[in-house]
Amino acid sequence: MFGSLELSQLQELWWLIASVVGSLFLFLTFVQGGQTLLGTVAKTGPEKMLVVNSLGRKWELTFTTLVLFGGALFAAFPKFYATSFGGAYWVWMAILFTFIVQAVSYEFRRKPGNFLGSSVYEFFLFVNGSLGILLIGAAVGTFFTGSNFSLNDYNQVSWQHSLRGLEAAFNPFNVCFGLMLVFLSRILGAMYLTNHIDHELLAVRTRKATLVNLLCLLPFLLYVLYGFATMDGFAVDPATGVIVMEKAKYLHNLLAMPVTAGMLLLGVVLVVAGVVANVFMGKRNGIWFGGLGTVLVGLAIFSIAGYHNTAFYPSKFALQSSLTIYNASSSHYTLTAMSYVALAVPLVLAYIAYVWRAMDARKFSEADLVDADLKKLY
Amino acid sequence: MLEQIDLTMVNWARAQFALTAMYHWIFVPLTLGLSFLLAFYETLYYRTGNEEWKRITKFWMGLFAINFAIGVATGIILEFQFGTNWSNYSWMVGDIFGAPLAIEGIFAFFLEATFFAVMLFGWDRVSKKFHLVATWMVAIGSNLSALWILVANGWMQHPVGMQFNPDLARFEMKDIGALILSPVAVGKFTHVTSSSFLLASLFVIGISSWYLLKGRHVEMAKKSIIVAAVFGLVASALVGFTGDESAYSNARFQPMKLAAFEGLYDGETSAGLVAMGVMNHDKQPGDDQDAFLFEVKVPGVLSLLANREAGSFVPGINDLLYGNAEQGVMGVKEKMVQGRIAVNQLAAYKDAKKAGDEVAAKAALAAFVPHQDFIGFGYLNTPEEAVPPVPLVFYSFHIMVILGTMLPMICLLFLFYTYKDTIAKQKWLLGLGMISMFLAHLASQAGWVVAEVGRQPWAIQNLLPVSVARSNLTTGTVQTTFFMFLVLFTILLIAEVGIMLKQINIGPEEN
Ligand code: HDD
Ligand code: HEM
Ligand code: HEM
Repeated sequence: MFGSLELSQLQELWWLIASVVGSLFLFLTFVQGGQTLLGTVAKTGPEKMLVVNSLGRKWELTFTTLVLFGGALFAAFPKFYATSFGGAYWVWMAILFTFIVQAVSYEFRRKPGNFLGSSVYEFFLFVNGSLGILLIGAAVGTFFTGSNFSLNDYNQVSWQHSLRGLEAAFNPFNVCFGLMLVFLSRILGAMYLTNHIDHELLAVRTRKATLVNLLCLLPFLLYVLYGFATMDGFAVDPATGVIVMEKAKYLHNLLAMPVTAGMLLLGVVLVVAGVVANVFMGKRNGIWFGGLGTVLVGLAIFSIAGYHNTAFYPSKFALQSSLTIYNASSSHYTLTAMSYVALAVPLVLAYIAYVWRAMDARKFSEADLVDADLKKLY
Repeated sequence: MLEQIDLTMVNWARAQFALTAMYHWIFVPLTLGLSFLLAFYETLYYRTGNEEWKRITKFWMGLFAINFAIGVATGIILEFQFGTNWSNYSWMVGDIFGAPLAIEGIFAFFLEATFFAVMLFGWDRVSKKFHLVATWMVAIGSNLSALWILVANGWMQHPVGMQFNPDLARFEMKDIGALILSPVAVGKFTHVTSSSFLLASLFVIGISSWYLLKGRHVEMAKKSIIVAAVFGLVASALVGFTGDESAYSNARFQPMKLAAFEGLYDGETSAGLVAMGVMNHDKQPGDDQDAFLFEVKVPGVLSLLANREAGSFVPGINDLLYGNAEQGVMGVKEKMVQGRIAVNQLAAYKDAKKAGDEVAAKAALAAFVPHQDFIGFGYLNTPEEAVPPVPLVFYSFHIMVILGTMLPMICLLFLFYTYKDTIAKQKWLLGLGMISMFLAHLASQAGWVVAEVGRQPWAIQNLLPVSVARSNLTTGTVQTTFFMFLVLFTILLIAEVGIMLKQINIGPEEN
């Protein structure tokens, strides 16, 4: 079935699959957003426990999606994996560190004998949610602003900036992109908490946080959209593979791919609709609108980065070293084999949905904090 | 491609990989084995309805969760370290190596992560049966993740199912089935999982022994021990069997590793097995010193184990380096000559392509292909570089094997005295049980040292030395991250041990 596809079709398919996983990750960063809201929305001990335990039931899902995103890129676009991780070393290391400390924080936070004390673990959670997401955003921003690397004849990367990736965080577009993701994750986190926890006071505060963070998001969102509309982009000539700078390249991509433009627009509208439902209509299902909206926005962003003859990991140092989905991918055989594997993804999504419907059939509430397993709670 | 390789950087990157992998490996084997023990305990609860089994399940589950969290924390860094520290490797073999990693994510990690939450927090949210299924899924999921990562590792030890693409300067996958069914991958998976089952059984036995010595939670401890001892005993039979398979694979695919862990410099027919010994650290390949200061040797057995044939020839390090025409062994020296041709012709091919000279490119390619299987040797400077650190590999192997014969006996003794119901009185055995939990970890880590140090200098056996696999980083950068990991992981380990000890001290909830 997949074996008869052209290599370029498989490459496009795999960019789509990677985009879906990446966009789902963006949605699932509601966990990180929630982590940064801990101090804002939870005032008392039990409230804090409610929030941490509510998020703590989902953190693995987000984390595993990040791992899968890495694995999928490695398998489908190994040149990107090698170039970006081996090149932009420090920014990835910094991101990884924030996820390493997150992974233990839930389990260790309240346990006696935890060496660092619970406030340190809460600080870890905050760093993961703020710095971690900001840097991920900055790294994704370089899909559009470019990086400083060159590749030799053997496709081995040399990075040309001493900060090795961290310089991305000093570019205004990348920073705005990162902050946009931070506030988006906080909106999602607040809406998730409104939905998941049954607690009146918390709901008042999470609703308020949803609105506040939407207002904080707006300037950055507008700046990023303005950037997309105006910035020069890295175009590739499909016949020769030569990379050239094109004026307003990403605007051209949006105009040439109306579905993508539609997804971007619809995504933003859905996120706003989610907030409106959550804040002004007293609904609890805002997270679903916000989540779907986030996935659509993510898909649109990855599409304009990779499709329509665009270099998705451009080098501003050596233009011709830029990576496109065509020159960075695995072989026809591997992409075919992996496509069969990817058929399992809907199955995975199905059992995840099934399990969480069963687990969340009853809302999380203070009653969950007094049962016999108190000691086991996060 | 050979120019300016900074070996100190490579060594720091190796140290960093070893450090992070060994930290990961403190927690992973416990996850692999304890998850099954949880499933057994909970199945007993489900079948008998006896609340005691539920209490037991919940207690070990608490410890499992603490261990699991830090296992995940140390795992993520390994996944991305291939890119950060070994980026040439990632490009050159990503077409093959990335696949199992991605499959691991799809099939294994999500299974684990999803059902983990049910297992831990679902007791009163889902049905009894659903909960039991979840516990089993965690066990299956974690062992599936071992499967895929070991397929990846097995492929590095014995690369199969691929072809070199000179245009892109990388290896490409041709047969994914060959990867998965490779005898090395199968051997690794079975040996690693069974040894982890043994380790987890001894963990349960060790902690239960402490309770018995203190006279606390006596019923729980005894019940825990029965199941663990049986599981450990069955597992240790598999460990021995699959360990022997591993050595047999080594003889066929990585004879240098075998020679190193046996301390065998000069090949022998009817080679003897060194049961234990003290190595002469001054010994160098090619000199005429004795390799051992002292040794106990079982005659003839190595030939039998390595080749499954008494009286057969087992090549030693010297044969493998300098060749042994009589026994038909090609030496590294000769392989280096072939490898150089491959490296040079590949460069010539690239230059000709760039210059647009198709004729010259074709000629270079034709000259490249017959030597391509030796390409890795073309990057070595001296034949002696192909020898791993012999004493380290030798001692690690012998520690592992000696413990591999000792630990099953401990399981057996525990089973015997529990059956006779006098276990609480056997203080010496309970003490031994507590120690053996650490010995199992020692054996398991030693095993990885054998497997990984023993294959040096190869990242991909015979094809890619570590010095070429590296990223283009300065020594200082890698050094910095090495120490960052050392500090961070040590802090987290202290926290984990502290929490574990507290939880063990608190014990299971009393009814
Ligand atoms: C999937 C592959 C894989 C897996 C499962 C492991 N390793 Fe490994 N290991 C590598 C892939 C690798 C590697 C990336 O290929 C390295 C780096 C350079 C090299 O030759 O191999 C390596 C190097 C390496 C070294 C350095 C050896 C030396 O240079 O002297 C040590 C000590 C270990 N590893 C130890 C381990 C341990 C204790 C593991 C148990 C978890 C382990 N490795 C699992
Ligand atoms: C270089 C090799 C390795 C890499 C890249 C790697 C990667 C990872 C990653 C990314 C995680 C976190 C997964 C999550 O999101 O839940 C993880 C956890 C895990 N890994 Fe590894 N791993 C390696 C070696 C191993 C080995 C050799 C085994 C087993 C034989 C193993 C078994 C596991 C298990 C069972 C877990 C679950 C968490 C736990 O440790 O308790 N890993 N690994
Ligand atoms: C009868 C005793 C044993 C024998 C003959 C044996 C044999 C071996 C051999 C030959 C290797 C190297 C495989 C390779 O390089 O590819 C190995 C690796 C290993 N061993 Fe053992 N072993 C024994 C007992 C144990 C025990 C008791 C443990 C731990 C509890 C253990 C854990 C490991 C591990 C984790 C590895 C690395 C993974 C691998 O390469 O398969 N082994 N063993």
